[in-house]
Amino acid sequence: MSLTIGVPREIYAGEKRVAAVPEVVEKLIKLGFAVRVESGAGAAANFSDESYQAAGAQIVASAAELMGGSDILFKVRAPAPDEIALMRPGSTLISFIWPAQNPQLMQQLADRKLTVLAIDSLPRQLSRAQKMDALTSMASISGYRAVIEAANAFGRFFNGQITAAGKIPPAQVFVAGAGVAGLAAIGTAANLGAIVRANDTRAEVADQVVSLGGEFVKVDYEEEGSGGGGYAKVMSEGFQQAQREMYAKQARQADIIITTALIPGKPAPKLITAEMVQSMKPGSVIVDMAGEQGGNCELTVPGEAVVRHGVTIIGYTDLVSRLAKQASTLYSTNLLRVTEELCKTKDGVLNVNMDDDAIRGLTVIKDGSITWPPPAPKLPAAPPQAKPAAAATPAKKSGHGHGAGEPASATSLAIIFGAGALLFWLVGAFAPASFLAHFTVFILACFIGYMVVWNVTPALHTPLMSVTNAISSIIAIGALVQVAPPLLAGTEGRPDTLILGLAVLALTLTAVNMFGGFAVTRRMLAMFRK
Amino acid sequence: MTANIATMAYIAAIILFILSLGGLSNPESSRRGNLYGIVGMAIAVLATVFGPRVTLGGIPYIVGALVVGGSIGLYAARKVQMTQMPELVALMHSLVGLAACLVGYASYVDTSIVFAGAEKAIHEVEIYIGILIGAVTFSGSLIAFGKLNGRIGGKPMLLPARHWLNLAGLLGVIFFGAQFVNAHDISAGMMPLVVMTVIALLFGIHMVMAIGGADMPVVVSMLNSYSGWAAAATGFMLANDLLIVTGALVGSSGAILSYIMCRAMNRNFISVIAGGFGTGGGTAPAAAGAGAEPAGEVTAISAVETAELLRNSKSVIIVPGYGMAVAQAQHTVYEITKFLREKGVNVRFGIHPVAGRMPGHMNVLLAEAKVPYDIVMEMDELNDDFPGTDVSMVIGANDIVNPAAEEDPASPIAGMPVLQVWKAKTSIVMKRSMASGYAGVDNPLFYKENNRMLFGDAKKMLDEVLVALKS
Repeated sequence: MSLTIGVPREIYAGEKRVAAVPEVVEKLIKLGFAVRVESGAGAAANFSDESYQAAGAQIVASAAELMGGSDILFKVRAPAPDEIALMRPGSTLISFIWPAQNPQLMQQLADRKLTVLAIDSLPRQLSRAQKMDALTSMASISGYRAVIEAANAFGRFFNGQITAAGKIPPAQVFVAGAGVAGLAAIGTAANLGAIVRANDTRAEVADQVVSLGGEFVKVDYEEEGSGGGGYAKVMSEGFQQAQREMYAKQARQADIIITTALIPGKPAPKLITAEMVQSMKPGSVIVDMAGEQGGNCELTVPGEAVVRHGVTIIGYTDLVSRLAKQASTLYSTNLLRVTEELCKTKDGVLNVNMDDDAIRGLTVIKDGSITWPPPAPKLPAAPPQAKPAAAATPAKKSGHGHGAGEPASATSLAIIFGAGALLFWLVGAFAPASFLAHFTVFILACFIGYMVVWNVTPALHTPLMSVTNAISSIIAIGALVQVAPPLLAGTEGRPDTLILGLAVLALTLTAVNMFGGFAVTRRMLAMFRK
Repeated sequence: MTANIATMAYIAAIILFILSLGGLSNPESSRRGNLYGIVGMAIAVLATVFGPRVTLGGIPYIVGALVVGGSIGLYAARKVQMTQMPELVALMHSLVGLAACLVGYASYVDTSIVFAGAEKAIHEVEIYIGILIGAVTFSGSLIAFGKLNGRIGGKPMLLPARHWLNLAGLLGVIFFGAQFVNAHDISAGMMPLVVMTVIALLFGIHMVMAIGGADMPVVVSMLNSYSGWAAAATGFMLANDLLIVTGALVGSSGAILSYIMCRAMNRNFISVIAGGFGTGGGTAPAAAGAGAEPAGEVTAISAVETAELLRNSKSVIIVPGYGMAVAQAQHTVYEITKFLREKGVNVRFGIHPVAGRMPGHMNVLLAEAKVPYDIVMEMDELNDDFPGTDVSMVIGANDIVNPAAEEDPASPIAGMPVLQVWKAKTSIVMKRSMASGYAGVDNPLFYKENNRMLFGDAKKMLDEVLVALKS
């Protein structure tokens, strides 16, 4: 029996996203589920009821009817108490929950005997979890949107231009925090033509910043800032002092500051002080993406854009909803991937497999009992593995001694020359003069061949083989001189017929090679064209 | 024609042969190079036929043999498909080997050439060695031919104690060689000569049987080398400098190709020749076990989605392997390339030195499908470009794109240079199944987050991709 997935309209103020877009609805139905969508659920994200119907979903008029009749609920925001009251006991909910911040909500959900998968609790370190990672997809959207908001509030071009009316300098953007959102902001701002600098306490993200076209600004202080699981941690006092100085300097230079610094479960660090805001050029813009956690700037008013000391400070907490269609599409695709993991049999039945690391992490309530926090995954073992591997590779190479251009070691050279000398001495001692003349020619020819063939381009190795093959039919000469040599007197015992037979046979064989080899080489080479 | 003029003609032929090989240094001059080869050969043959060593009575036989052999050769050259080139080349090597044997026997029974003392011994050693190399080339090439066209399975056949068998063979060859040189007349020398020929034939069979399918590029180029040495040995036997020089050219060419192929696999020449994979065969499974097991899951992709990805990309690198040759997919690959290039997509090909079954095999197939050679790159030319590439498409290749070669020092193929397709934004691997490659090593590429698998026959899948692209 297949289960029903319900997609209600989000009731949180300002929330425009929807948890499933028509495209995903279609795929969910292919997985074997029935899908019901509340009327108007996608309206704010520009998805009409008709488009859901066309995708195969059933439109339900009220939230009460929808939630009461659904086995699985897809939501964006964590449900409000009223919504929880509508849910059917024993059903499954997939949405953002933030269990650490919302213990009360967790209790209510558990009391309702639900199974809850918190998309924010996904163990992000698992590489196969990336496709389900809604935090990442949402963060990159908000990073993009932050730049767009900044550009909107900023009175100048982003890219530098030289026009007939004069020179326009490029905008200087500073991004604090190079997480997913920060990286998206860096990429977007760089693409608009701004000069982008960025900082993060985790030094390992420097390469990513550079790859997106930004410049990584270091804090002049030695400390490693990686907490577990790819998040940053709180830094020491000395470091914070050095960091403040760096921020103060950046504030004086930058036209636009975008801050994204968050520490999980803690209020956002105050990176930009009131004095720094004061030191900025009038008309500058600060986009504080940490508004919801109190903001990285002292003067941020969460949810609003305000002007302080001539600087526009944008503290919107709904950046993602301002790009509702894109955000809904990505979020619902993430949910689809979760569903695929839960329903590997594609028969419309959920299997919450608690032995699966990803699903274990996601599941915060199982059949009414709280299973959060999950046992620590034994994962960040990857980096130490990489290092010995890198160290071992060069050692391996030097051990092999057959690499390109590596000069052979002195001992092996000595052995080769020794063997060569012995061989030459033996030949010189025993061979007659006529042989030596041929031997000279032979050795020299080997070297000519060596020199000539190294110049052959690898693309022509097959033609090289067929042409050398054709040339090796020069052995025909050997057969030719045996066919009917001018015989001297006194060789009556020569088995003429036998030799003739052998020679003619050899000649026929080599003729196959001679003509065939050249012809096929010709045919091949004619094909090589620009 | 006097002997001196004939000798000068030989020198001209030698120069033309050297120019011929030199011409292959780039595709533009290569056609002229082939022409030089033809002219050189014609001069050599004509100078011999009209020279002092051939009397008028032999000419009908010579013309007859050339016409029969030549027409067979021309017919084969016209009919052969480019995917069968390795087989054809292997077969032709066997002909050279056999011819060397026949010439050697003919020379031995020829009583008109009389030597004495050290010269006689040297001459007999030359005959002996010429026939030895010729026989090994002959039987080895035949087996290689069989393996390449699938009549003999590609798996290495490893006899127990095969190194001892080879050693015994070598000792036998030396023993009979001594008997042969000490034989006082031709009939007494015949027995050791025939026994040695049989040993050499068996050795050639055994040697190539023990070598697996993907090591074939090494084997084919090695046999190429042998056919040259056989010609050089014949030259010594007949005291003919033209044969010596040409044989040495061909021999060293083949030896260099074998060396290049071995280096491309990060393997020792000896270990390839010794057969199997890994140094002794017995240690290979143990080494594979020590390599890290790749974990994760494989993401499949459909032909339509592949087309979508290709259409939305700016740069694409295609990495073909033996699978493309087997599926005869090169023409469809070209159609896709043409379509994408017209759309302004930068499509290039990355060729691993050992892709396919003989050196340069992939280049010939792509040339046959009219892919312009200036977008066909060598591994070293474009390995650094993968990070800036949107899609890398692997068609029927496995070990040459295995990241374990770089990342996992315990892997049996560690240190082998590979095409870093996984550094592209997305890589697509076309394969018939999840089976591991020739080296028997699982490929972590398949489990990478940015990798997609397109399962199915390469030709069929590419046709579908093409249809989807055009719609």
